[in-house]
Amino acid sequence: MSIRLHEIGKHFGRTQALEPIDLDITEGELVGLLGPSGSGKTTLLRIIAGLETADNVAGARILFGERDVTHLHVRDRRIGFVFQHYALFRHMTVFDNVAFGLTVMPRKSRPSSGEIRSRVHRLLEMVKLEHMAHRYPAQLSGGQQQRVSLARALALRPDVLLLDEPFGALDAKVRQELRRWLRHLHDELNFTSLFVTHDQEEALELSDRVVVMSNGRIEQIDTPDELYRHPANRFVFEFLGDVNHLEGTVRNGVLTCGDARLAVDLADGPEELLLRPHELELAPSATQHAHLPVCVTAISPVGAEVRVELEADWLGEPWLATVSHADYERLHLTRGTRLYAAPRRWHRFPDERSKQAASTLEAVS
Amino acid sequence: MQRIGDGVAVRRLLIGAAVVLAALFLLLPLVAIFAQAFARGIDVFWANVTNHYTLAAIQLTLFIAVLTIPVCLVFGVALAWLVTRFRFPGRRILQTLIDIPFAVSPVVAGLVYLLLYGRTGWLGSWLDGHDIQLMFAWPGILLVTIFVTCPFVARELIPLMQAQGSREEEAAVTLGAPGWTIFRRVTLPNIRWALLYGVILTNARAVGEFGAVSVVSGAIRGQTNTLPLHLEQLYQDYNTVGAFASASLLALIALLTLVAKAGLEWRAARREVHP
Repeated sequence: MSIRLHEIGKHFGRTQALEPIDLDITEGELVGLLGPSGSGKTTLLRIIAGLETADNVAGARILFGERDVTHLHVRDRRIGFVFQHYALFRHMTVFDNVAFGLTVMPRKSRPSSGEIRSRVHRLLEMVKLEHMAHRYPAQLSGGQQQRVSLARALALRPDVLLLDEPFGALDAKVRQELRRWLRHLHDELNFTSLFVTHDQEEALELSDRVVVMSNGRIEQIDTPDELYRHPANRFVFEFLGDVNHLEGTVRNGVLTCGDARLAVDLADGPEELLLRPHELELAPSATQHAHLPVCVTAISPVGAEVRVELEADWLGEPWLATVSHADYERLHLTRGTRLYAAPRRWHRFPDERSKQAASTLEAVS
Repeated sequence: MQRIGDGVAVRRLLIGAAVVLAALFLLLPLVAIFAQAFARGIDVFWANVTNHYTLAAIQLTLFIAVLTIPVCLVFGVALAWLVTRFRFPGRRILQTLIDIPFAVSPVVAGLVYLLLYGRTGWLGSWLDGHDIQLMFAWPGILLVTIFVTCPFVARELIPLMQAQGSREEEAAVTLGAPGWTIFRRVTLPNIRWALLYGVILTNARAVGEFGAVSVVSGAIRGQTNTLPLHLEQLYQDYNTVGAFASASLLALIALLTLVAKAGLEWRAARREVHP
């Protein structure tokens, strides 16, 4: 079932938590709400669920499909909600937790206890926890608790599944596993889901589309790929990954900053360029276009790549570069190695307020 | 490495001092009560306990306690719910107001009630015109007892409910549960032990309250005398055995309360390991 928001805003007292927002989510989509804490993403999710009410303005609307749920109580919205810290009923067994939604239905629509039992067992099978049915939440691991909470949310076959930082409290490996599992489940059962996260990797990996938020505002809505390639503004660019800054003055097509020089195709004047760590190349000598002398101050091999921290007296903050293990060995990198950085690409957001199309240029090479 | 208090001498001294003080100030008086009560044999004790006036006092005391507990229970749960589940202006002030009965001397509380509801009081004169007498009768005793005991349940619940948060209730409401069902199946099971604990404390205080009750009861023997008032009267009449017989009954109730409280705490501790 599709979700459509129109003019949904929220004030807490005098502070505006959410600027009036429009958002369309099509049926069967898995959408991530991504933003730093305080960006209003959880507030937005809770408003969609009905756990929070939006500011009461004339145009404010929430539609599930054709159903206007703006003034509908949470209880009647038919949503599944998964809480950040699971919010399992601590005094009930896993079975009773999952069965809860079914057992509180009005008597005339409530399934028979036999049917409830078989439905709960099917759900527990789906989350691979049949053997835990009689345990209490406190006896389960975080990942297991989160699966119970998912099964509980799905027990009523909701049209819409809302998840608030579903994997936030879990360790990295379990998180990865659950993410894949949720994606799989989503594709199989085909409900519409919206989840909140502050983890860009999670948002990019899991979502069909990502809504990037900051300060109660939507910054960009796009597919993960588009988001990464064409960030709408500086905030999105910086939030989606590590960023190196290069500030200097351009004169006659050369940006200068101390003894660093980079050929750029820009008009004269002060400039700030943004560089991704994986778009930096390291070499023992300067190129014709880039003369950026740096010194290695830290090296940490992380998974498939090696993260190298670089410093120079023309740099305010250290840079981060990621190189392949092959390059790492070829360059004989150790702490204190002096070499030259050369950006393959750079990005600039000259006036982020005006939200002009940002220029992302291939560096001349 | 040595932690503070690891020295054998220090440890023995501290433990010894604690034991001696506890014996001197807690255990000895308790023993003395029972010793005095049975000083002239069990027959005299029994005669005093089954005395008409003592029985009337016991009856009134239990009657007041039985009425006080449900009132405090409902009040405490409602207040704790309000304070922990909603944000509204004046919430903090309300939380402070709850403590007034603890802060005010019970005698003062009794006097205030007398002033308000007595025959010449502001509300009392109006009630008197309608032939309703609160002071120097059991309703007055009930009123002041409720006043004195009303914070116990709320005080027990508020920190617990604050710590537990409202997530489980929110989860229940997203699953379509109506309000009363949420309270019955989610909230209540989570707070039941704290609730019982609050009730035990309420009961202990309701039974033992002296100051406030003595002001409003009028201490009419056989009619408005609660057990603590009765005890005091007996003592004033130089009936030491009678006074201590009543005292031993109160002490017994106190001991039972403590046992129940310890039992609950033991259960709560066990539940944390095996929920």
